[in-house]
Amino acid sequence: MTWLRGIFGIVALALGAGCATPHVDPRDPFEGLNRGVYRFNEGFDELITKPAAIAYRDFVHAEIRDRVRNFFSNLADPLIGVNNVLQGKFEDGVLDWARFGFNTTIGLFGIHDVATDMGLEKHNEDFGQTFGRWGVAPGAYLVLPFLGSSSVRDGAGTALDLYADPMGEVSPNRARNSLIALRVTSLRADLLEASRILEEAALDKYVFQRDAYLQRRRSLVYDGRPPRRREEE
Amino acid sequence: MTAVLRILYACAAFTAAAAADAKEALPDVLVREVTLEVVDLIAKDGEIRSGSRARLIQLIDAKVLPHFNFASMTALAMGQSWNKATPEQKKQLIEEFKTLLVRTYASALAAYSNQRFDFRPLRARPGDTDVVVNVRVLQAGAQAVPIDYAMEKTASGWKVYDVVVGGVSLVANYRTEFNNAVRESGVDGLIKTLGAKNRALEAPAEKK
Repeated sequence: MTWLRGIFGIVALALGAGCATPHVDPRDPFEGLNRGVYRFNEGFDELITKPAAIAYRDFVHAEIRDRVRNFFSNLADPLIGVNNVLQGKFEDGVLDWARFGFNTTIGLFGIHDVATDMGLEKHNEDFGQTFGRWGVAPGAYLVLPFLGSSSVRDGAGTALDLYADPMGEVSPNRARNSLIALRVTSLRADLLEASRILEEAALDKYVFQRDAYLQRRRSLVYDGRPPRRREEE
Repeated sequence: MTAVLRILYACAAFTAAAAADAKEALPDVLVREVTLEVVDLIAKDGEIRSGSRARLIQLIDAKVLPHFNFASMTALAMGQSWNKATPEQKKQLIEEFKTLLVRTYASALAAYSNQRFDFRPLRARPGDTDVVVNVRVLQAGAQAVPIDYAMEKTASGWKVYDVVVGGVSLVANYRTEFNNAVRESGVDGLIKTLGAKNRALEAPAEKK
């Protein structure tokens, strides 16, 4: 439980630091607190997730990493389909389930993405995007412990995503935890290049990442075709 | 003497023709040709593949840079702060931002050059002077990443003024950072910050 106290300590520190911030971005009213959690996440990543991801990339053959990525990607497809249906995109939803059907059988439990080769494209959906599609605004930007960039809307979506995650059904707990660790490591390994580029490109990593997240989510809600927004100039 | 002159004339004519070609090239054709050429050059270049950043930046300077309009990009990234800068400051800003963008672009290309590209047909009317060229980077087990090049027609051909990766506009993404820096320490402060960032990135690159 010492780590919990650690988090509270960081939160308290961040709140204190937050008072010193003179300019408030309307999209990010909790910037002080968020920066605290961001620093905590960065520290955790530097210490544990990133080294694990580097080792995974360097010692596990690319072919096997592809299989692992496909396996977890396949497990996510049914829920992506549910979200497409909830957004009224019935055809896309059916295609997601078809992907799951083909990849789970012909693709040997998803380790081969045969559906993409058949022309069934992978989609990107989650409950946060569904809420957005229903007209819910993102609300304040949030940095969640361990999970990173989010917003009030997307955070609620993530809670549902995690609740519906098939990984929760796995027992015993040890097997489930190992699978989750492998999934996180695989995801992080795919982001090693991107995080290095972020490091190089940003003047203030926190701001760069926040703005990229908000832009990215807006684009995803509209499936890559967001309506034009008047520049706030 | 006449032979030399004739060769010179031929060269001049050839250069003029090449320049005219570049002007005429359609924006989507331009993006496809430049992307494929650069990716091909990276694949063939042993120095780059063994990690030479200097060589990669050299390649991008020669092949990619001429097709970008850095003045437009800098003005867009600055937003309302652009008008606060003097002409001399603007020149410095463009130069520093260019260096930063080229380096970022070089890293991105090196990381993703072994992916497959899907060049989408251009959706524009013949008279358009401002278009978006769509390219998609295909990857196994993940949704394709769309890259949109916003391009404008200028006197010297089509020029890119924004790159939008997966819905994230590079230029818009710098706007908050730039405005924060200008609010805190003025335009000169921003120039200094950008310069320091670029120098810091150069140092480890030379060691490698």
